[in-house]
Amino acid sequence: MGLPQLSPSPEVRLWAKLEDRNPTGSVKDRAALYMIEAAEKDGRLEPGTTLLEPTSGNTGISLAMVARQRGYQVICVMPENTSVERRQLLEMYGARIVFSPAAGGSNQAVAMAKALVAQNPELVMLYQYGNEANARAHYEGTGPELLADLPTITHFVAGLGTTGTLMGAGRYLREKVPSIQIVAAEPRYGELVYGLRNIDEGFVPELYDETVLTTRFSVGPREALRRTRELVESEGIFAGISTGAILHAALAMADKAIASGLPADIALVVCDGGWKYLSTGAYAGTLEEAEAALEGQLWA
Amino acid sequence: MAIEVRIPTILRSHTGGAKTVQGSGDTLGTLIDDLDSQHSGLKGRLVNDGALHRFVNVYVNDEDVRFTGSLDTAVKDGDSVTILPAVAGGAPTLPAVAGGALTLPAVAGGALTLPTVAGG
Repeated sequence: MGLPQLSPSPEVRLWAKLEDRNPTGSVKDRAALYMIEAAEKDGRLEPGTTLLEPTSGNTGISLAMVARQRGYQVICVMPENTSVERRQLLEMYGARIVFSPAAGGSNQAVAMAKALVAQNPELVMLYQYGNEANARAHYEGTGPELLADLPTITHFVAGLGTTGTLMGAGRYLREKVPSIQIVAAEPRYGELVYGLRNIDEGFVPELYDETVLTTRFSVGPREALRRTRELVESEGIFAGISTGAILHAALAMADKAIASGLPADIALVVCDGGWKYLSTGAYAGTLEEAEAALEGQLWA
Repeated sequence: MAIEVRIPTILRSHTGGAKTVQGSGDTLGTLIDDLDSQHSGLKGRLVNDGALHRFVNVYVNDEDVRFTGSLDTAVKDGDSVTILPAVAGGAPTLPAVAGGALTLPAVAGGALTLPTVAGG
């Protein structure tokens, strides 16, 4: 849908792809369904198989929903500093949760999941960070849908986590619209989240290929919160905090387009709705209060 | 006016604990040289064989320098530079959890167990 209030001019327009309208409320439904179907095709899953996946929430929720429909069990390895709603939704869909220490962030959740799978060979880890079906869901789904709905698209802006959305939709769009700009918005968490992270043990998802991207922005909690609130105030879209980060990067690209005098149709992904983040305080009080409340939390 | 550089916790041993430091230069590379002259050892943590360390991300005004010329990215007074460790997913090496007595929550009749378990 168009975002007329946030678009800076009639020639430079913003468009939102509403991925919060998927069955469990996030863009991750696409990757979860594709990864499970690919594993079924490869003969990795049998009735009753237990899937174990490192996730900060949305992928786990999507996997749990699909798995329950198809007779599989799900265990999520999740950092303990994620919102309570995500835990509740996981439990509602029948998943079990193993918490990894907050200080280790998602890096440690992945490490822990890998260790558990190594020790328990009966578990199947679909591994969203390296599973080609994650990106393929967007190459075959999100990308073609965007082009069909917005043939004049000049920019695609999405969040950078597993990198599946950007790699899949980005590759498809580049093939069809060679001049397109593919822009990543990467969440920059508060100090506490990075505190113990060792540069020599960093991590880049196996799916990531920087040649797909035109550029990449780091967006902190203050800007992400401000844009999340602007989205609901000016366009009536109640989105999660990572969508605010994506909107911030999209507006930066809109500024560049205005400065260069070129028309632009900038599509951005609304990854999920705001419901799961109400308990974080993101939508209440002043920006300063909301930012303080997010310190130490994985909000994307 | 100088260029403000935000230092991640893990590198503050080089800056006497300072969260932000000031430097000058025309490019990110010369800025890092200048920072290294004030904070010994910093460059070695950021640059390997003339290129940015694989697991270090540097942003000039929030834009990743790998897309703007890497160490040749132009910088000027008033710019804001942020250095961060790469984040996203897992670690290539397993921390202490490996080798520990990990057990999984009970699912589907399995006698599995694990560390901190919710909803089990």
